[in-house]
Amino acid sequence: MMASRNGPILSVQNLEKTFGSLVAARDITISVPAEQTIGVIGANGAGKTTFINMITGHLTPTRGSIFFEDREITGKPSREITRLGISRSFQVAQVFPTLNVFDNMCIAAAIARRKRGLIGGITTPVHSSAAVAEAEAAIDLFQIRRYRDTPASTLPQGVRKLLDIGMAVVGSPRLLLLDEPTSGISIEEKFDLMSVVMSALKSRKITVLFVEHDMEIVARFADRVLAFYDGTVIADGTPHDTLDNPRVQEFISGVRLKPTAAGMGHA
Amino acid sequence: MPTRAHLIGGLMFLVAAAAAPVLPDWIASLVTIALANALVVLGLIVLWRAGLVSFGQALYYCIGAYTVALLARWTGFTDAVGLVLLGGIGAGIVAALVGALLARYREIFFAMLSLALSMILYGVLVKTESLGSTDGFTVATPTFFGYPLHGQTLGLFLYWLTLVVDAIAAVLVSAYFRCVVGALAAPIRDNEIRVEFLGVSVSGIIHAKVVIAGVLGGLGGALAALSIGHVDPNMAYWTTSGSFVFVTILAGAGSVAAAFIGSLVFEAVRSIAFDVMPSLWQMTLGSVLLLTILFLPEGLGSLAGRLHLRSGQK
Amino acid sequence: MLLTLFAILTDGLVYAAYLFIVAIGLTLIFGVMKILNVTHGSFYAFGAYAAATAVGIYANSDLPAALGFLFMVGLAMAVGMVMGLVLERGILRLVYGRDEVIVVLVTYAVFLILEDVIVLIWGPRSYAAYQPMVAAGNTEIGDLVLSNYDLILVAIAGGLAAITYWALKFTRYGRLLATVIFDRETAAAFGINVTLVYTVTFIIGAVLGAAAGAIMAPKIAITLGIGVEVIVLAFAVVAIGGMGSIEGALIGALIVGICRAAAVHLFPQIELFVIYGVMALVLIVRPYGLFVRAQPRKI
Repeated sequence: MMASRNGPILSVQNLEKTFGSLVAARDITISVPAEQTIGVIGANGAGKTTFINMITGHLTPTRGSIFFEDREITGKPSREITRLGISRSFQVAQVFPTLNVFDNMCIAAAIARRKRGLIGGITTPVHSSAAVAEAEAAIDLFQIRRYRDTPASTLPQGVRKLLDIGMAVVGSPRLLLLDEPTSGISIEEKFDLMSVVMSALKSRKITVLFVEHDMEIVARFADRVLAFYDGTVIADGTPHDTLDNPRVQEFISGVRLKPTAAGMGHA
Repeated sequence: MPTRAHLIGGLMFLVAAAAAPVLPDWIASLVTIALANALVVLGLIVLWRAGLVSFGQALYYCIGAYTVALLARWTGFTDAVGLVLLGGIGAGIVAALVGALLARYREIFFAMLSLALSMILYGVLVKTESLGSTDGFTVATPTFFGYPLHGQTLGLFLYWLTLVVDAIAAVLVSAYFRCVVGALAAPIRDNEIRVEFLGVSVSGIIHAKVVIAGVLGGLGGALAALSIGHVDPNMAYWTTSGSFVFVTILAGAGSVAAAFIGSLVFEAVRSIAFDVMPSLWQMTLGSVLLLTILFLPEGLGSLAGRLHLRSGQK
Repeated sequence: MLLTLFAILTDGLVYAAYLFIVAIGLTLIFGVMKILNVTHGSFYAFGAYAAATAVGIYANSDLPAALGFLFMVGLAMAVGMVMGLVLERGILRLVYGRDEVIVVLVTYAVFLILEDVIVLIWGPRSYAAYQPMVAAGNTEIGDLVLSNYDLILVAIAGGLAAITYWALKFTRYGRLLATVIFDRETAAAFGINVTLVYTVTFIIGAVLGAAAGAIMAPKIAITLGIGVEVIVLAFAVVAIGGMGSIEGALIGALIVGICRAAAVHLFPQIELFVIYGVMALVLIVRPYGLFVRAQPRKI
């Protein structure tokens, strides 16, 4: 277990990304303390995904730097960044359809536990007791035990998403980026899904950044909100402050109505 | 920790080894060829599990065969074990080189590029007089640990050598399938992108698979060359690759054992078809392939594989 | 030197014509149905054998050679049409939707079966159908003697290219085809009867393959195994040009034709594998062929 840190777990300074003449992200400076849960909002094309891809190493920033646990990770390849402790889940759940839930989790756990290099890959068995234990623990953590032996291709959408996130969590990341975790989920199920996810992540003390379009979800589950517009952060604060921010309302969320009954019911 | 599959496999090995002296010559040599070809099929299974089909394994088969034949002819080195190993290594080197290229492709394009590479070798061999051109040339009689052997004894030792190489390959490939890198075949086939996002280099793994399949192909070709006693460019032709893929379909990719079972069945069917209706043997083979694809999509191995449904260990 | 260059050009053009005629049916089927049709070799072989039969029937009559040629090609095309219909409706439709490679293997199995059907129908002997070529005569350009039949070949190839291009771009059916080539699902969503398109396309491909066999029959020895070599050659051309691209098949055929002719005249040792070398090179630089762009990733 990590001792509690003094410094921020993630620190981003003057981050910028241009594609030719297109400026996808600019002037992003953020400091994230450990175990915080941050909601990232903004219209499509505002720069949220670019920001996430730079943190996970799939895009190299044109300018600026990214520090993870006091170590600079700017421009490092994504495989290394995953090994360092940053993981992500996907808007469209990316699982292995012909394998069942347990095998999906077990593969993810085994990959995370494998020793370095080619020799490491060969000597680590896939069904080692440690990997199996982690897979079973993750299945319980995300409350999908009844689907343990079901092929991933036949899972209901919500369970697929939980599996997708679970697979990102078995590697014991300290920072997890969730890309629209409730997209494709019906309104009735969104809150339940997020509750399961958030309590699971909190129990593992994982710092979370989640991209969301549903403001109720953001209001309910985020400690802090980053609002993106036109490639940069236009608001950064508590959900209440950010969602009441007139610029945020103008460009992103629209005027905020009173909290709905659904939101109130999930205290 | 030996599993039931291991025990059955070990038993079959012992039975096959012990049966050798009492088998009629033509059966023994048929089994030897089938087992040699089974190595190539095993390589195809390794690739198949990751979703890749190579229509050019004949490249490595031919390299293994010609390595053996040329070394024996040019250097006088005739030790059977040594030749087979060198055949495998030679093919492995080529696989390591082209694997870097092939690892960038998938699906039908992987198949086509591997086909092209094998046909290049074919073209080179056909046009090269010093390598025997279309007629190929004969392989010198191999020796075992310094002892020259002939006739039935030679056949017996080649049979045992092939059996031993097969057994070692079976054990190693099974172990490979149980380790992380080997077990990633299905995930790569299912969702390569997710595997990359979990922190794994997929093209590195595929490159390794191409090399493994190449070495196995080379070993098979080397053993075949010693048993048949002759090599020719046809060993690199696309129809040779096609027949290996044919066996893989017949066998199914479900288990290591499938490679051996499938290859034996294929050789048996081919021999019988040749014997009973020599002018229609292609039609027979084609029909068998078609029926297998239509009605037994997981191959013959699936019939045996149903016994191993729960074990998860192959 | 100049003579060699000219010889390379003419040889190259003739060989290119041959490759294009052989490959066009294959690229059409692949483009529309995404099937790499190994049975194409069978269509070619059947076309050639049918041509031999036609020439045999025709040789004893006194009708003009040109009519004989048309009869030969016509008979082959009829054979191709029947074969295409039977195979597509009878066997292929059973495996639609399965993995691409499995479908290729089905066509391979059918090819093996048909190889022996040829023996059943025509026996193991070789045939010749050289009469149309002889009847066409020769043209002399300086020291070079060109067979008129070769020139006809080039004209046919050019004509085929033009007709297919025009058909795809300007006829209703052609545009339907182009849509299905581009994206089958979207085409179906727009109400295009994809099943019918598949059947018709396969038949057209079979007819073209058989026609290729008939056209080439006067130049070759019609014997067992002619389909085997043609398959890989056609594949190579299609792979170079890009699957489903008619322009690609044309350019691919030209490149390979010229390269091979150059090899024959200048470096005979590499003649046989020049086509596969070019194919490997093209695939290395442009994995999907010269004229097809990579599909965008659908994630």
